[in-house]
Formats: sequence, structure tokens, C-alpha cells
Amino acid sequence: MGSNSVASNRWMFEKMDGFDLSPNSSSDNEEEEGVHVLAVDDSLADRKVIERLLKISSCKVTAVDSGWRALKLLGLLDDEEDKSSSSSSSSSSSSSAGFDVLKVDLIITDYCMPGMTGYELLKKIKESTTFREIPVVIMSSENVMARIDRCLEEGAEDFIVKPVKLSDVKRIRDCMASREVRSVQNQEERSRSNINKRKLQESFDLSLSSSPPSISSSSPLSYQSRSPSLTPSPPSLFSSSPPCSPSSLDSPTRRLKMTSFD
Amino acid sequence: MLGWGVDRLRADMSRLLAILFHQGVLDEQFLQLQQLQDESSPNFVSECKTDGYCDCRLDREFSDYKKMGIHLNQFMGSSSSIGANRVRNVCVAFRAASEQNNRAGCLRALELLEHEYCYLKNKLHELFQMEQQRVLAAGARYPLQQH
Repeated sequence: MGSNSVASNRWMFEKMDGFDLSPNSSSDNEEEEGVHVLAVDDSLADRKVIERLLKISSCKVTAVDSGWRALKLLGLLDDEEDKSSSSSSSSSSSSSAGFDVLKVDLIITDYCMPGMTGYELLKKIKESTTFREIPVVIMSSENVMARIDRCLEEGAEDFIVKPVKLSDVKRIRDCMASREVRSVQNQEERSRSNINKRKLQESFDLSLSSSPPSISSSSPLSYQSRSPSLTPSPPSLFSSSPPCSPSSLDSPTRRLKMTSFD
Repeated sequence: MLGWGVDRLRADMSRLLAILFHQGVLDEQFLQLQQLQDESSPNFVSECKTDGYCDCRLDREFSDYKKMGIHLNQFMGSSSSIGANRVRNVCVAFRAASEQNNRAGCLRALELLEHEYCYLKNKLHELFQMEQQRVLAAGARYPLQQH
């Protein structure tokens, strides 16, 4: 995870209870107040619902009705112009051709939309150097495995089957928060000695061997019981970069890239 | 006393919601959304209801089943999102008929859809009015606690 995304998202988990791992974070807080989500859906009803769910979950929401509009807000439409300009950082607002480039922390988009599908929007975001680090969640009323797989392969963070519920939004938010916590913890861990890492690794392995075989459910629990300052260099079990293949126990409709803490 | 009106309204609303839930007109999705409403958006649920419905009615001629299917999908999606269970179910049947190019089936489904949609709209309107009255009555009862 590049330092770019850490810097831009550092403020986010500070809003979470009990976490304040970054001492000089106040400078990042000036403009932002909480998680900002860009919601994309052509259906008015769905936009209202997702907006409501996000606001209840203390997120700022910008809701648009098309992928085209989303790209425009992100400043990705006129690609050539933006690349040449100096202001291509997701942590700053800038004007380009009269538009303010939106700063978002999460994009949640419907799959089936006229014009540009959610999948196409996902691809465009992942192709962008500026925004490829931003998690993208896909929503769809159809529970099609091939579709889910395709989106996850393209880099989607999660896939929600509609109707979207509050628990879905909460889960995403928790995943984002814990992902950022881990990412910053990893950064800080690297600058410390390796002794702690090795110690933890040993006891971690011990706890693994004594717990049930299902990886996705047991390891986060033993991980969480440690003090937050000790972070193992994550084994591939719950690394946030490569997708975790869900265990066969997971419901296919709720496939997650990251483990979730239920 | 006005104060008693608040409790009665609340009870009436709960009763109506329970009936609609029992009839399958509304499902858990609606109930969850209902709980998320507050004074700033007292009835956002019924605000989003009309989306897509007009499109379905325009397809009355059934000349283009594919287009109809698209509109139905949209309407089905939004119905499902707000918890309009029976409306969504009729859409499912409607879509099946249109996929088979079954004109008679589509006509029947459209009739049913109009019936269900009107019923739902009226009930949501009732709920909305009750909610409005309740807010007003609560304000009159405790004038210092005006929202």
C-alpha cells in the first residue's frame, strides 16, 4: 500500500473509537469530516436508500445517477488534461476545467446501469493512477456468481446483493476502518525492530494450530486480542492486497475480499 | 387532550404497518428503512416510489418486450430496495410473461401491478399523513421540544 493512500486516508480511522495511531494527523483533518462516499445508481429509489443508510452510518454522501457523472466528479473524464496538470492527488481538491475534483474514500456503484455499467466504471477507476487505491463496492440485484467473480477480479472491494441493508453498509465501513488501521500499523511496524514481529509470529502460529481449521473465522479473533501496537507482518491469510478466496462456508452472496470482524 | 392523540397515532401507524407486513405488501427491508427515518426525512421511502412505474405503464402496447423487460427490471429493483414486496413479486411474474412474449399474461400482470402499486401508494400516503399528524401533535404537546 503506497504512502499516498495512507496519508490521504489517515484521518478516516481517527474518527473510529479508540484509535489514534497517527500523531501528526490533525493537519490532514482540516477539510474532511468523516468518510466520504460516492454512490452511483441510476435508480432514484436506490440512491435514496443508499444515501440514507450511509448517512445513518455517519458517512458523507454524494449520490449520482450515472458512471459518466461519477467520472466527471472525480475528474477522470478528460483524462489527458488531468494527467498533465499538477493536481493529481486524491488527497487534495483542485480545479480542472472549472470542476472541483472530489475527494472520496469509497465508491459504491450499481452494476446494471444504462450507458456505463458499474463494472466499466470499476475498470476505469482501477486504471486511474489517482483513484485506483480507492475501494470500489459493487451492488447488484442479481446474484450471479460469474458477475461477482468478474468484479472481484477487476479489483472490487466487495459485492453486495440488493436490497442493500444497514448491516451491509456497516460491514463495509468496518472493513475499511480495519484495513486502514492495519495499513498504518504495518507502516509503523516496519520502522520498529523485528523482534516483536518474530515473537508475535510464534505465538500466532501456536494459536492457529489450536483453533478450528477455518482460517477466515479464527485468525482475526486471535489477532484482535493482541495489543494494537503489535502487528505481525501479515501472513497471506489476511493481507489486504490479494483477494482472499472465501471459505466454502461463506455465503456466495456475501463474498468479501477481506476478512470481516463480526 | 392533544397529547393522547400522539399515542393513538403511533398505535394506528404500528397497526397499519403490521397489517401491511402481514399481507406481504411490505417486507423487512421496508421496516428497516422506516426505522431509519427521522424528522429531517420523514417519508423518504414513499418519495422514491414512483421511479420506473411510469415507464412500465408506457409499455402498455407491449410492442417491445425487450424494452419492457428493462423497465421492469428497474422497477423491480427499486421496489425491492424499499421493501415493496408484493409489487416486486408481480414484477417477477410480469417479467416472466414478457420473456415468453405472452401478451395475455403481460396484460394480466400489468393490471395486477397497477392494483398493487395503487394500494401501496395509498397506504404509504396514509402512513405519511399519520406521521405528519403525530409530529404536529407531539409539537403541540411539548411546545418547548419543537423539532
